[in-house]
Amino acid sequence: MLARIEVGLKTRINDSFGQATRKRIAADLQLAVEEVRTIKVFTVEADITPEQLQAAAAGPYCDPVTQDYALDSLARRQELAFDWCIEVGYRPGVTDNEGRTASQALALLLGRPLNDQEAVYTSMQYLLQGELTRGQVEIIAAKLLANELIERFTILDHREFVDQGGVPAHAPRVTGGDQWRVAEIDLNVSDETLLQISRDGVLALGLEEMQVIRDHLADPPVIEQRRGLGLGEKITDVELEVLAQSWSEHCKHKIFNAQISYEDTVSGEKTVFHSLFDTFIRAPTAEIRRQMGDNDWCLSVFKDNAGVIRFTQDWNIAFKVETHNSPSALDPYGGALTGIVGVNRDPFGTGMGAKLIANTDVFCFASPFYEDPLPARLLHPKRILEGVRQGVEHGGNKSGIPTVNGSLVFDSRFAGKPLVFCGTVGIMPTLVGGQPSEHKKANPGDLIVMTGGRIGKDGIHGATFSSEELHEGSPATAVQIGDPITQKRMFDCLLKARDLGLYSCITDNGAGGLSSSVGEMAEDTGGFELHLDKAPLKYPGLQPWEIMISEAQERMTLAVPPARIQEFLALCRRMEVEATVLGTFTDSGKFHVLYQEQTVACLDMDFVHHGLPPMQLTARWTPPIHPELELPAAPNLGEELHGLLGRLNVCSKEYVVRQYDHEVQGGSVVKPLTGAENDGPSDAAVIRPQLDASEGLVIAHGICPKYSDIDTYHMAACAVDEAIRNAVATGAGLDHMAGLDNFCWCDPVQSEKTPDGPYKLAQLVRANQALAACAVAFGVPCISGKDSMKNDYMMNNVKISIPPTLLFSVVAKIADVNKAVTMDAKKSGDLVYLLGTTYDELGGSEYAARLGGIGNNVPKVNPVAARRRYEALHQAMTRGLVASAHDLSDGGLGVAAAECAFAGNLGLDIDLGLALAEGVYRDDVLLFAESASRLLVTVAPADADEFEQTMAGAECSRIGVVTSEPVLRVSGLNGETVLVERTEDLKRSWQHTLAF
Amino acid sequence: MSKQVKALVITGYGTNCEMEMAHACRLGGADQVDIVHMSELLHGEYRLDDYHLLNLAGGFLDGDDLGAGQAGAHRWRYATVKPGGEPLRDQLYRFINDGKLILGVCNGFQLMVKLGLLPGFERRYDHRLVSLTHNDSSRFEDRWVRLRVEPDTPCVFTQGLDKLYFPVRHGEGKFVCAGEGVCSLLQENKQVVLRYADGETGEPTMAYPANPNGSPGGIAGICDPSGRLFGLMPHPEAYLHRTNHPRWTREELPEEGQGVLLLKNGVNFIRDNLL
Repeated sequence: MLARIEVGLKTRINDSFGQATRKRIAADLQLAVEEVRTIKVFTVEADITPEQLQAAAAGPYCDPVTQDYALDSLARRQELAFDWCIEVGYRPGVTDNEGRTASQALALLLGRPLNDQEAVYTSMQYLLQGELTRGQVEIIAAKLLANELIERFTILDHREFVDQGGVPAHAPRVTGGDQWRVAEIDLNVSDETLLQISRDGVLALGLEEMQVIRDHLADPPVIEQRRGLGLGEKITDVELEVLAQSWSEHCKHKIFNAQISYEDTVSGEKTVFHSLFDTFIRAPTAEIRRQMGDNDWCLSVFKDNAGVIRFTQDWNIAFKVETHNSPSALDPYGGALTGIVGVNRDPFGTGMGAKLIANTDVFCFASPFYEDPLPARLLHPKRILEGVRQGVEHGGNKSGIPTVNGSLVFDSRFAGKPLVFCGTVGIMPTLVGGQPSEHKKANPGDLIVMTGGRIGKDGIHGATFSSEELHEGSPATAVQIGDPITQKRMFDCLLKARDLGLYSCITDNGAGGLSSSVGEMAEDTGGFELHLDKAPLKYPGLQPWEIMISEAQERMTLAVPPARIQEFLALCRRMEVEATVLGTFTDSGKFHVLYQEQTVACLDMDFVHHGLPPMQLTARWTPPIHPELELPAAPNLGEELHGLLGRLNVCSKEYVVRQYDHEVQGGSVVKPLTGAENDGPSDAAVIRPQLDASEGLVIAHGICPKYSDIDTYHMAACAVDEAIRNAVATGAGLDHMAGLDNFCWCDPVQSEKTPDGPYKLAQLVRANQALAACAVAFGVPCISGKDSMKNDYMMNNVKISIPPTLLFSVVAKIADVNKAVTMDAKKSGDLVYLLGTTYDELGGSEYAARLGGIGNNVPKVNPVAARRRYEALHQAMTRGLVASAHDLSDGGLGVAAAECAFAGNLGLDIDLGLALAEGVYRDDVLLFAESASRLLVTVAPADADEFEQTMAGAECSRIGVVTSEPVLRVSGLNGETVLVERTEDLKRSWQHTLAF
Repeated sequence: MSKQVKALVITGYGTNCEMEMAHACRLGGADQVDIVHMSELLHGEYRLDDYHLLNLAGGFLDGDDLGAGQAGAHRWRYATVKPGGEPLRDQLYRFINDGKLILGVCNGFQLMVKLGLLPGFERRYDHRLVSLTHNDSSRFEDRWVRLRVEPDTPCVFTQGLDKLYFPVRHGEGKFVCAGEGVCSLLQENKQVVLRYADGETGEPTMAYPANPNGSPGGIAGICDPSGRLFGLMPHPEAYLHRTNHPRWTREELPEEGQGVLLLKNGVNFIRDNLL
């Protein structure tokens, strides 16, 4: 039968979700609705009796204390008054997590599993009361309640609703033929046609790459071999898709591995770099590890899904940060949810597998208050913010992983593509089965096993789609919705399998799906044989190539020795985790794929992984010159400070932070919000992964794309410095700190669409140079990273390129979490110190932006001096001499002092004349310059002498005192009081901007 | 029977707080603490009968699809143990009838009310009379709240305690009674154990955010009439050490977190009455 069950709150109970929806309609769409009631709809398509339907409705689908249900229209039964009904449901094939749970509950009730034709689908009914036109209701549905890419909606006015007796039942089942076919594609065609094939297939392959493939297929020995397997001279669709995925920018990092001719037009210097990755990321890490010698705590860098370092004698740490930008642009909720549960699989699939202990998230958006007309296909930034926030909330909270650190960065150019960085930290025993846990290796003869979710059409072309700009034809299938619960069940099971020694290798299915996971694992053995028809599907009708590259979520691929397979499968069955043997790892040298015993792809492993010649690119650096800033003659510093505190890049992010669980797993030591009222901004997170030990981890990051408008070298240096400084401010030392680099760039390859490619590529080169220089100078090795190089929007001749962005994340060991320090002023009478020197560096600052300019004097990092300062501060902290420490970044000293004061519910009395500065002659410059490597520290008077001795030679100036009167008081360079503001008022300015 | 206090923490299908819950049991003095996956219970590898304290920890059972704890409760009601086919709920009711203790935190509390274990009027442990629904804010929130422990309740876990400070981390924590009669009976029976309290006065509050979800009377936790079954929305297992406290860097605090006190009470009760 096909039937509907409608469930809603009893009329006496407040519908808080309906109310929140009403508020958002008013706030985001400026439409007045009197009331919104919501009803959950379960559409049941199953061979069951009316009594069984009734039992499902009354049992698992309804809470008898708070809810009513109806097998027809609940709105009618509850006699709800409404003018319009909007019902939103998923399109066929879109992941419906609640529908899946409802199906499982029905199966449990029936005492039998559901068959392929049976399922439960969910949708949401919104009943609106208010004077609205149909057009306005359509806007509410399309712009707020539904995303037409993945959802469809029905609109009925009250009369239509009554006439029809409610909304008719509709099951969004995927219908498709059972006919499978493998297409053959002729590559012996004109260059133009080659490009056409690439474009039409969302393959993102360039002409040269298409030609390489064509030539390989024409090689006589290759033809001979293919003939033996029943393959013709033309390439199969499976093969072409595999190559497109394997060679995508997303998977192959072609730009980072390109040969680049770089010219600095100022110095006239010309250099050729053979690979930015090898030169500026891999080599510095190797150098730092050499310097560490026997104390090298790096265990696995750049070769696995995450970087691995030693934590304690018994435990290792894995850390990875990923981006999920393109999907989040199209479907913010699904994109971000998939981003977080996707990056979870990276540490989980690192070495023999890590348990996940912390998430991080950094989002870059355009202003949520954006008012200009939006270019085609772009969603409003507020909608993106809200969708991404909720996606990460559901992904992180439901997975039971605390979200401990993050930030929000705003720039109007992120309207073209938002950046969604998600990171995950994992922990693994140093030994698994007596072997180092960071190592894994598939052996010939091991079985290829896929576990977790099933394969559908979701995520097809995710890898290639994110390797090009967002355009009119960007495919909807690239979007997926994650399922944290299915994944968590799989993780519970695989951790047991790990400890029982049931597998020899594990990796995740992310971009490129099976093609990528199996292909990469097979590099250990030198080949594989994969039977695609054995793969479990969500619904019939998938072609072999789709099964091969689908990025359907929640899947891991494992290599299981034949001797352990029965035990492995039995464990999975017991824990209700689907596991399927799909083939065998071999040493044949072949990437061999079959469907119903027929070969559908056979490529040389070597060609797939090494057949792509490096790109040759040109980079030319000419520094931009911006108009100098026009500073106001007599700024009102109090007013300026209030304005800066309220700016999007500075203001409180409590609205987002509170909606993430940052304490689950019980190891929370320094939370994202801190201070006397639990609402001051922490610089970093500290967690204690082992609850009975005192060692902890400090997790922090730095990101400052705004400086890219002046020079990406300093943007990158400042990001690295900021990340390290944040960690040091909270108690980390430099001696056990590792970094992760995540580059998000706009396309730097010169083309018709990108005439300024050489400049953008030069920006990339310079950022890499800074990263390398800082990593070595600070002694902080990069252990993993990722790049996303096509963050542009291109439609109807409108192009938006994001500002080049480096996110630098750090994880450091802290020997004793009891020594951690927070940023809030602690006691009146404590002395206030400024560490570091302030320069005339307003370029790219928040103050400059407030004045409507950019300027040219970008903050510059001196990593050698900074390292000395950070090491001295760490010593002082270890000796317990530091009451509070806060990093100076956006908004400079003024903002840091305000935050330190209001977080402590105390006042600060500081004298700018006492601050170390060079070339600074104005109070506003001293207060708001964003010079690097500075911290604001408070110290109890009894510890002052020892603190000053410890900091000797590290640019430490005593600039004031903490006061009991909650007022920030600043004396200017001429000795007069230039700013007096109540901290309560400053805090209000800081909190009101994003108080959604 | 051995003289060991044995605690069980159930995990699986979306439970997230099993590790810190088990740590809390150990710090509270339990001699044996096992984290057991639901599938191990369902395959007879572990049995509730072998334990004294059952912990239903926080998390998102089945993603809280269908409503928090709703699908999880459905599983407890219908699942059977292989081999043999003993309904799991039989083990549960036997556990209760044996006078043993159940502590449900957050999602565990939601599970308890949706199973009807609470309020447990007249020893009926399958009667759903109260529930937990969406916060008035319609948001999940992580924030620390002050709690007043009601005097003279039968709850074995809160004996001798008066004020507590724990985080809430939920989206569905607003307490609802099926009717006025249920609410009055809860009060009469002294089954309301914890209320969200104002920071200044210590009195129960309806004001957000001190009352984070809009629970009437600030109800944050209740017990059954025997006091052995206790469910609460705030997380005691999130405050086991001074460094868990959000202001440990600025306040003088005892080394031991307040969450341990609840478990100590439970373990002592078991030692005195069940061994």
